[in-house]
Amino acid sequence: MNALRKLLDSQAHHFEKGGKLEKLHPFYEAVDTFLYSPGKVTRSASHVRDAIDLKRIMITVVVALLPAVYMAMYNTGYQIHKAIAGGALPLDRWQTAAMQWLGLPFDPSNVAACIVHGALYYLPVLLVTFLVGGNAEALFAVVRRHEINEGFLVTGMLFPLVLPPTIPLWQVALGILFGVVVGKEIFGGTGMNVLNPALTARAFLFFAYPAEISGDKVWIAAQTSPDGYSGATALANGAVGGLPSIEQTTGGMSWWDAFLGLVPGSMGETSVLACLIGALILLLTGIGSWRIMVSGVAGTVLATLLLNAIGSQSNLLFNVPFWWHMVLGGWAFGLVFMATDPVSAAHSNAGKWVYGFLIGVLAIFIRVLNPAFPEGMMLAILFMNVFASLIDHFVIRANIRRRKARYAV
Amino acid sequence: MLEHYLSLAVKAIFVENMALAFFLGMCSFLACSKKVETALGLGAAVIFVLSITVPANNLIYNYLLKEGALAWASPQLAGYDLSFLGYLTYIGTIAAMVQIVEMTLDRFFPALYGALGVFLPLIAVNCAILGASLFMVERDYTLAESAVFGLGSGIGWFLAVVALAAIRERMRYSNVPAGLRGLGITFILTGLMAIGFMAFSGIAL
Repeated sequence: MNALRKLLDSQAHHFEKGGKLEKLHPFYEAVDTFLYSPGKVTRSASHVRDAIDLKRIMITVVVALLPAVYMAMYNTGYQIHKAIAGGALPLDRWQTAAMQWLGLPFDPSNVAACIVHGALYYLPVLLVTFLVGGNAEALFAVVRRHEINEGFLVTGMLFPLVLPPTIPLWQVALGILFGVVVGKEIFGGTGMNVLNPALTARAFLFFAYPAEISGDKVWIAAQTSPDGYSGATALANGAVGGLPSIEQTTGGMSWWDAFLGLVPGSMGETSVLACLIGALILLLTGIGSWRIMVSGVAGTVLATLLLNAIGSQSNLLFNVPFWWHMVLGGWAFGLVFMATDPVSAAHSNAGKWVYGFLIGVLAIFIRVLNPAFPEGMMLAILFMNVFASLIDHFVIRANIRRRKARYAV
Repeated sequence: MLEHYLSLAVKAIFVENMALAFFLGMCSFLACSKKVETALGLGAAVIFVLSITVPANNLIYNYLLKEGALAWASPQLAGYDLSFLGYLTYIGTIAAMVQIVEMTLDRFFPALYGALGVFLPLIAVNCAILGASLFMVERDYTLAESAVFGLGSGIGWFLAVVALAAIRERMRYSNVPAGLRGLGITFILTGLMAIGFMAFSGIAL
């Protein structure tokens, strides 16, 4: 470890002011502070000393995401193999050829084969995300002379997990470019964005290319056969026939399947279990806001109970109970990893309660009441991102008024 | 019946938001959104003006301008169709209403009057206001419907402008690229907010 520190120090002068690689200082800085806590201190008050700086926080989020990443690979492969076992044909793509070349069977019970096959879909998307988004971030850092922030690391990890496995790679590149540049960099980089960059990127693709990524269909990477493999998401089925139809999704789906994440969907969002593990890590380290998570759950439960009580003959989604809503679609993933994004969420504690609660309510309302979008989590979070600043504004106003009253100014 | 008006209001506030779905009233939306306090004032003025002018114009359209509308005055007038005077009349009504609001604010809320400055008279030519009246004619709203629609559109515009102002207040500390500072970034921000409001598009009420 010491040798590494010495190597970094010995190269530092190239990147300082006047050195020959001065322009590339953000790259050096990124590597250095990624490996070691920086020794720099702020020049004026106020100064807080804490080993957990921005980079450590972001890395913790990435660690919390790892179960979801694992499930993304396993479940993507598992869904393909399950479809093939059900009579579907493998897609004519290089991933299939690679599987045959490796001599792995298309067998849903073979965990290793599932993971490899899923990884063949997941890793290219991840790679493109990091190549394109990372370069955009680095370019901005060099030109605008700010540091390369690990904020992108989280954005880049989140984005592939909310995409369907069969998304064309050029769309991945376009989406992450929009998310990073328009969603974040032009606002001044990490910490300044208004909307969550990963969600901005996904929403951009969602509205620009609905044929490849939309809420009502999912793309199991196999040619689906006519024997009941409809390829519609559980929520889209639910809009047609309520809870019984949800349970019919892809030839039978129990609550436990949905909880474990063995259902088709965007790559990383299906497993509630993986999200729970992530949530636990985020909560124990204090990085994810428990206020947002708790109020989000409360909002969802109350909204669903309200809709259940109203009931409806024509819209059977009214009658779906909340424990089903919580395991379907991107609800858990969005609430744990997207809604708690400290930058785009409300900043004040009281504001977080309101913010999370309204996300929970809106997500259910959009799911049930808006036939255009069977999945409402992404849009609910984006909508509340827009209003987060306003919530904070009123929290601060109220605080000022209270203190004024206390001192009778 | 109540359900009908409720869904009309929700539609006007969220689904067909004047500012973020139709991009109407952009001039004051962009210019008066630097501070939340100002935006609150302007938004309230827009709500007030909209919820008065749309029903007022509805009466004018139904009893003066529409083909055969003058039949109530005398049977000889039943053949006239004055709807080509629509634009003029609506703008006239709106201008008069804005004058009233302006005098009221000047008298009772001088601070807000000062903050809104030239933008208050500008509401008279705010396309969101005229747009609401034209939508009302196009969609053939009844008097009660147009009152709900006017109020709803006003609230929708109010929400949008106040949210934008809150974001812009927060963005004071953002290091925006020099070429985009000011209006440029605000335009992009408006677009991003519109993506957020897309959540409601497609709701058939």
